[in-house]
Amino acid sequence: MIEYWDPLIERMPVDELKAIQEEKLKSLVHYVYNHSPFYKKRFDEAGISPNDIQSLDDLRKLPFTTKQDLRDTYPTGMFCVPREQVVRYHASSGTTGKPTVVGYTENDIKEWTTSLARALTSIGIGRDDVVQVGYGYGLFTGGLGLHYGVEMVGASAIPSSSGNTERQIELMQDLGSTAMACTPSYFLYVNEVTKKLGISIADDTKLKCGIFGAEPWSEEMRRRIEEQTGIKAYDIFGTSEISGPLFTECTYQDGIHIWADQFLIEVIDPETGEQLADGERGELVVTTLAKEALPLIRYRIGDLTIIRSGPCRCGRTHPRIMRILGRTDDMLIVRGINVFPGQVEAVLMDIPEVAEHYQLVVDREKELDTLRVQVEVTRDVFSDKISDLMVLEKKVTKALQTVLNISARVELVEPGTIPRSMGKAQRVIDNRNI
Amino acid sequence: MENKLIKQISIFAENKAGRLEKITGKLKSANINIRAFTIAEAGDFGVMRMVVDKPEQAHNVLHDAGFTVSETDVLGIEMSDSPGGLHEISTVLGSSDINVDYAYAFAMATQKALLIIRVDNVNNAIEVMENNDIKLISMEEVKQI
Repeated sequence: MIEYWDPLIERMPVDELKAIQEEKLKSLVHYVYNHSPFYKKRFDEAGISPNDIQSLDDLRKLPFTTKQDLRDTYPTGMFCVPREQVVRYHASSGTTGKPTVVGYTENDIKEWTTSLARALTSIGIGRDDVVQVGYGYGLFTGGLGLHYGVEMVGASAIPSSSGNTERQIELMQDLGSTAMACTPSYFLYVNEVTKKLGISIADDTKLKCGIFGAEPWSEEMRRRIEEQTGIKAYDIFGTSEISGPLFTECTYQDGIHIWADQFLIEVIDPETGEQLADGERGELVVTTLAKEALPLIRYRIGDLTIIRSGPCRCGRTHPRIMRILGRTDDMLIVRGINVFPGQVEAVLMDIPEVAEHYQLVVDREKELDTLRVQVEVTRDVFSDKISDLMVLEKKVTKALQTVLNISARVELVEPGTIPRSMGKAQRVIDNRNI
Repeated sequence: MENKLIKQISIFAENKAGRLEKITGKLKSANINIRAFTIAEAGDFGVMRMVVDKPEQAHNVLHDAGFTVSETDVLGIEMSDSPGGLHEISTVLGSSDINVDYAYAFAMATQKALLIIRVDNVNNAIEVMENNDIKLISMEEVKQI
């Protein structure tokens, strides 16, 4: 029996959804043009009037917005509402530049939470569940965002936030958490610590699923997590600029459902900006159809994915995006070849002897880029024979070479030496000064 | 058979300054005496192998400290500490078709030397040694060295 939060909307025929999107898009362009000097200027410069947008096809006429626009107008230069209507702010950490600020009206929070309520229902979370929210609470949207969604579906939220792993495990056992939301790399760490404490997630906790996101992770990693812990691992997607965590897969784990009545998505060629067809891989572009404080027109999120239209087996008709393969800004160019950390992960997780923690280190030696891939040697595979370790090293090297088309030096390191993260894992260390 | 085997402790270690110090420090605190020791290096990493007086305790101490450590069955062969001593043993091993994965040796205070070897089939090797009247050192004897 498949549960829906809002069956009418979630199973609405595609043409009806498109009609809703068209209406919303038409009023959105007028709204931003009239309420935000930023958008007015942007439209004027592009020679576009809100009246030029009459159908979904006209979307391509609109200029893109980017993270740089949010930085340039820091803190609230792109907002469409006066301060009195803003009920909350979130801000990005600004690790790669100036921070960005997002604002929400009361209705924005409601829409955000509704999106999550639909998503959580689609992975079977409801009144009977206890959801441990291990995403950071605070300026980061992960913790608070998900928290509201959990409360809306009537489940119990544990705002454990990130870090303090032994306490997380204690809460998980004592309060009977049935789901945990955190980054997949942090969950691996939690699993590592439970093992050390002599606790098995499968046997000693009630955990049935994980809601994992905030960093790209591979299908192979999912398989590992599910096999080791006996839970179902679901992918969650969203980014602070478009509200925060918003969408998940359903129990079929066949793509992330993007609610079409709230968001309009397209995939473009990152080089030319041209729209790509369904099923083609490119950069995800999102237009927010229901946001008031900070609506975004054709916002280039930077994630690389594939859109799949057509109904899912769960009966939902909204378009899906396939697993996020990486971000355009995560992509490494090593000796002129594009390398996505996600590709490396997929290769590593397919080799049973390799543990879940890994790191990519890029250096430049005498004008030549070098890629080192560090993997931990677990007790289970250590045989005392050096030849066995060499075989493993060679096996990983060969597998990486086949997929990446460049040679990487594989380094076997001691367990625990690759730093564990409480939030987003740092998988790449780029020592090149470029 | 069992008492002819020596429990060797093997540790995976990155080839970095200070790793050995960490390991020996742990053993010192646990009052474990090292009887034989070797490091084999393979580029970025190495494997340390040692015979100690209390292998089980050594294993636990290192394991709890987070090291990748394993216990391996090896043979301790007593040989004469004189020219040809090792040759005598290797002749037996060679003629019996026993392949040695790795070996290390040291001289003892007596007129004897000790050769530690790892082979694929320990039981077969023990039988061959006994048939050739070559003495195998037991775990008990290791403690007495």
